[in-house]
Amino acid sequence: MTDILLIALAMSLLYISIANRLFTYLNILVFQGFILFGVTFLTLTKISTINLMLIMLETIVFKAVAVPWFINYIIKRNGITREAEPYLPNFVSLIIVTFITVATIILSSSIKDPNLDKTFFVVALSTIFTGLYLIVTRKKIITHVIGYIIIENGVFVLSLAVGNEMPMLVNLGIMLDIFASVLILGVFFNRIGDLLKDPDIDHLRNLKD
Amino acid sequence: MIGIFLTGAFIISGLLFFNRNEFINYALLLIFIVFLSVFGFFEYHHINIREMEFFKPDALGILLLTALCVVSVPVIFHGYRYIEKHNVDETPKSRGLFFGAMVLLISACSVVYLSGHIAVTWIFVEITTLSASALIYHHRNLRALEGVWKYVFICAISITFVYIGILFLSLSLKDAGIEDMSFDSLYANADKLNPFWLKLAFLFIFTGFTAKLGLVPMYTAGIDAKDKAPAPAGALLASVLMNAGFVTIYRMYAVLAPTPLHHWANTVMIIAAVLSIFVAAVYMTRIKNIKRMFAYSGIEHMGLVILGLSAGGIGVYAAILHIILHTLIKPTLFLQFNQVYWVYQSKSIYDVGNYFKYNKAGAIVIFLGFISATAMPPSGMFISEFLIFQSLFEAHYILILLAVLVLLTMIIWGFGSNIFKLLFTPPLSIDETKIPHISSWESLSQYLLLGLAVYLAYDPPAEFVTLLQDAAKLIL
Repeated sequence: MTDILLIALAMSLLYISIANRLFTYLNILVFQGFILFGVTFLTLTKISTINLMLIMLETIVFKAVAVPWFINYIIKRNGITREAEPYLPNFVSLIIVTFITVATIILSSSIKDPNLDKTFFVVALSTIFTGLYLIVTRKKIITHVIGYIIIENGVFVLSLAVGNEMPMLVNLGIMLDIFASVLILGVFFNRIGDLLKDPDIDHLRNLKD
Repeated sequence: MIGIFLTGAFIISGLLFFNRNEFINYALLLIFIVFLSVFGFFEYHHINIREMEFFKPDALGILLLTALCVVSVPVIFHGYRYIEKHNVDETPKSRGLFFGAMVLLISACSVVYLSGHIAVTWIFVEITTLSASALIYHHRNLRALEGVWKYVFICAISITFVYIGILFLSLSLKDAGIEDMSFDSLYANADKLNPFWLKLAFLFIFTGFTAKLGLVPMYTAGIDAKDKAPAPAGALLASVLMNAGFVTIYRMYAVLAPTPLHHWANTVMIIAAVLSIFVAAVYMTRIKNIKRMFAYSGIEHMGLVILGLSAGGIGVYAAILHIILHTLIKPTLFLQFNQVYWVYQSKSIYDVGNYFKYNKAGAIVIFLGFISATAMPPSGMFISEFLIFQSLFEAHYILILLAVLVLLTMIIWGFGSNIFKLLFTPPLSIDETKIPHISSWESLSQYLLLGLAVYLAYDPPAEFVTLLQDAAKLIL
């Protein structure tokens, strides 16, 4: 069951690579939040109930509801156009994300370590690299933020792989989620929206030597 | 004591943030300086004693903490002068936020130095990002926003990288059957760790902390940050915050040093270091913004420090000496820049000139600071840089040494041509009636810091040398 969920997560990456509208991105974020909720429940069987509840609460409240809702609010308030505006055609994006996934599978099959759960490793790495790819190839600042949140989801999957032995690390990951998202979204995006009516990366190119 | 210090620092920072009264504001800062000095003194006398399970003040931590205590006093004083001078834009609220963030940054950095656990380090490095971004965004305009956005975004990615590194490290521990992730346990069990995961862990942690240390690949955010932050805050970002990155990379490197991965780690670090010096050389020969030039000079010095570490031998000792001297010298340039800005109201090299005429004491600071930062003989950094070159020679990295020497010559040329323009060439157009009189007392702290750097390098006290040797023992 965990494998099915994780593979669904990997498939959502292919979908996000060809998505055209920002709201599709948000729906995928919600979807990934729910998948992570399920994976947490199925994987972390050996940790204390209170800790498990805390982690699950974070995935459902924070990842699946609060962050997408807040990004939606920013998009509406600042009147950001709904196109994702990629630099590359969607078809090329699809090929590249597929290539990323295949490359991580090849990489993980070269690792001979009995302690490693390969599915977790492959899905986590391909999510992280897809997030980086999205940041590099999309024009709007808001898509950069979405790319970063996808990276965080990937990191969360990776932390689940060691979660039973070291629950502290999963808690650290949650701290990372909350801290970085609140810092990036809460404090600054509001202000960027106030100062720049159309938040586009081209407005942030003045600091030069 | 660390627990008391943290609680006290958080309370002071919170009070500063909410307080609107000017007198209470400065009284609180004074209390913080005393508190920080007492803390530094206490830790110096409790070296290598574990506190609160996660903290252990080792020799390197104590050295950097002492340097931080020394630098914070002038930085806070000039922060006060900065707020006084920019009175038109400042409100009690912005002043409170500025000093609250500064106190938080200083405290978080000092705890990073003393932390003996990779996860605890990581948490406090996050806090430095938070407080540094409040400092960078002090002026609330579009440029500052751009600087802070880039800084926060890159630091968020770097912190994620470090976290991935910690996860890989935990996989490597899992194979060895160890649960304790403190540095002491990592040093003790270094040979049992799974090399594959350890390699990945080092790569990610190193890359992540380059954002704080200021090396290729993630140096960019720091440059914009030091440029946009008010100069006293820039002085902190260019010294104590870079040390926070250094201390963690140093401790991770010490884990790899006794293993067969040592050579591989050296290669990685040398590539990053040489590229950093190259980047600094390229930018410094054509740069026109004085503050960014100082920031790039920091990139060059961090490159040298990492080269010294990877060369080994005397290089490790020299690297630690170099970073301490850099902590003393770089803030002088930033603090003096404050006064340069009062005179010319510009950062561009095209608008400045003839600084000797307008502020003689300050011009001498700039001149001595230039000599110190380029490591010419009376400067303290000459000793450490010379030892780094010696260690590169002894480790048979001749080609790298030659390349670095050529790049350093280019840097001195670029740095020098801008500094001499600032000091001696008359500016193109300037309204001399608008230039304020600047008291020589404003430059006193910088003379003291530069003098201290010379003293520490040429006639080091015995305790200082012992601490340096103890710190270097971690790797040798």
